Amino acid sequence: MLKIKNLQAQVGGKEILRGIDLEVNLGEVHAIMGPNGSGKSTLAQVLAGRDVYAVTGGEVIYDGKDLLAMSPEDRARAGIFMAFQYPVEIPGVSNMYFLRSALNAIRKSRGLEDLDAIDFLAVAREKMKLLEVEEGLMVRPVNEGFSGGEKKRNEIFQMSILEPRLAILDETDSGLDIDALKIVANGVNALRSPERAIIVVTHYQRLLNYIVPDFVHVLSGGRIVKSGGKELALELEGKGYGWLEDAVAAEQTA
Amino acid sequence: MPTPQTEIEVLANREYKYGFVTELETDTVPAGLNEDIVRTISAKKQEPEWLLEWRLKSYRHWLTMKEPAWGNIHYPPIDYQAITYYSAPKKVKPGAKGLEDVDPELLKTYEKLGIPLKERELLAGVAVDAVFDSVSVATTFKEKLGELGIIFCSFSEAVREHPDLVRKYLGSVVPYTDNFFATLNSAVFSDGSFCYVPKGVRCPMELSTYFRINAKDTGQFERTLIVADEGAYVSYLEGCTAPMRDSNQLHAAVVELVALDNAQIKYSTVQNWYPGDKEGKGGIYNFVTKRGKCLGVNSKISWTQVETGSAITWKYPSCILQGENSIGEFYSVALTNNYQQADTGTKMIHIGKNTRSTIVSKGISAGHGQNTYRGAVRILKGAEGARNYSNCDSLLIGDQCGAHTFPYLEVKTAKATVEHEASTSKIGEDQIFYCRQRGLSSEDAVSMIVNGFCKQVFRELPMEFAVEAQKLLGVSLEGSVG
Repeated sequence: MLKIKNLQAQVGGKEILRGIDLEVNLGEVHAIMGPNGSGKSTLAQVLAGRDVYAVTGGEVIYDGKDLLAMSPEDRARAGIFMAFQYPVEIPGVSNMYFLRSALNAIRKSRGLEDLDAIDFLAVAREKMKLLEVEEGLMVRPVNEGFSGGEKKRNEIFQMSILEPRLAILDETDSGLDIDALKIVANGVNALRSPERAIIVVTHYQRLLNYIVPDFVHVLSGGRIVKSGGKELALELEGKGYGWLEDAVAAEQTA
Repeated sequence: MPTPQTEIEVLANREYKYGFVTELETDTVPAGLNEDIVRTISAKKQEPEWLLEWRLKSYRHWLTMKEPAWGNIHYPPIDYQAITYYSAPKKVKPGAKGLEDVDPELLKTYEKLGIPLKERELLAGVAVDAVFDSVSVATTFKEKLGELGIIFCSFSEAVREHPDLVRKYLGSVVPYTDNFFATLNSAVFSDGSFCYVPKGVRCPMELSTYFRINAKDTGQFERTLIVADEGAYVSYLEGCTAPMRDSNQLHAAVVELVALDNAQIKYSTVQNWYPGDKEGKGGIYNFVTKRGKCLGVNSKISWTQVETGSAITWKYPSCILQGENSIGEFYSVALTNNYQQADTGTKMIHIGKNTRSTIVSKGISAGHGQNTYRGAVRILKGAEGARNYSNCDSLLIGDQCGAHTFPYLEVKTAKATVEHEASTSKIGEDQIFYCRQRGLSSEDAVSMIVNGFCKQVFRELPMEFAVEAQKLLGVSLEGSVG
């Protein structure tokens, strides 16, 4: 479903991604790990279409289409969802109104009718239960005054409503205590499906105890330096990123 | 891929929807202003002597005045001798009784504007007085209101039919000496709306005036006078549009509100005069004096305005809080796009004990728009226990526009509470991206963010008006993001 070939990107003239190759199929969960500054968040943002990052080479094919030529909203309408590392506040706009507008924009692009407020609420209530989201959260302005945990939970809640084909979780575990982490992970697990692929971007192995990936990729210096199964994450936890980076450096000088 | 700068760079490309011209035969006086013109206007309206005298006093006083220069607005000098001060569609006789007397062309114009005047087509609950150039063309629902003793008619008709009421209150809130534009209006005002709600009556429907400037090089100088007698309540809506023209047109209106004991007046405006084109050519110069007097105890006057039109907006809907425990409110959204300039705000003058006022102002600037909040809170010596709360927020879209805040404060009693909050924020690229990542277009994202920003004001508007205001904001912002 998603094919990334030799993807290169920079921000402010600084090279961040130096040739990423990755293939993701429906039903799979991929974890992208790596030390700070390795480019994992950049990869997530480039896939979502954030234009502060300039793509300088390579291609991304999503469902047979040239993803990089699509606007962020067209990517969203084609089923790409990104859970933000830092969800943005929109004062005065209720979470409910925001989400219903988003869902209807996506539905419209697929030729479906708008959901009215009542139908939408029915859909939302069901998902709220799943994610242990309080009803009060729906009428509050988007992310305004939310705690860190509430924001992240809200991201996953949005994901559950918008039902993407490809979900990208950008450091969803950062800033969460263990209880919040479990709730978020349970939500994500509930959304695992043969009809959906998930990319989990994370610095720590901790999240992967709860969201068990099919594949783990380690990013370093803007390249994937090692790929493996879920056991790779455990290995990293034991050894840290240092040994990999050293190994790569040795390879390059050899 | 566009850079963030170009993404929020302004490319206003939208046509003003109400910019058409209606071809009508008109009765127009020669351009320019002198005593003869003032007399001609008064004669055309068959006014009583006292009103002519009042106009002449105003005119003579106006000659001694200078156009105010303190506003944060810039425009070439206005040639007051080049303006036509009276223009009326020929087929509206003064004293037209009902819609059957109205030129069908005019009715068509209002239909095109979405203001059907025929009562059967009206939204239930809104009575409309329509002012076209200089005269009021039709007032609907008059009979139904009459049964309750409510007078709602054109100003000219009020002068004829209810001279005592008009004479008693005309100029009682905005005296003819008040300011340059109000004084000019007092000399040459041509028509407007009048409303009187008798003791203890709660007006069962929204009353509405719709203003339309049609004729070229014509100024519009209407006057609105609303009096709510003891214990009365009225909610009043005002809307405005004008054709697109290359030259600037002057609109200098006066609105006076009077609330007696325990009375309440709610006055809502959605102002959408032609703003000029994207280079800043043409558009309405909107110099308006609006003031309400809470004369009685426990009275309340509430102004809500959504200002999206006009090349220049200069208006400060204000409240004189004279009665004890009276309340003044001002809720405002002012949007400037392209080269529009707005200098708007309010004055709250606390005279009576325990008077309270609330000011909520939301300024939005896009394109090269300049938006100024100017507000004065004056708490006089006797106004013990007075309270004011002000909140002025500015939102910037792009980096070519400006927001300015000038709050003035004068407190002459130790027993008063005054609070002021202000903020300026910019619509962030990250907010827009967040919305787009959820499937919304850039324009919908901006519109949603702006509407969220204005929510506190919109919820003060009557329901149908709030919906219209939201749409209008969306439309006025079209093209403000690339």
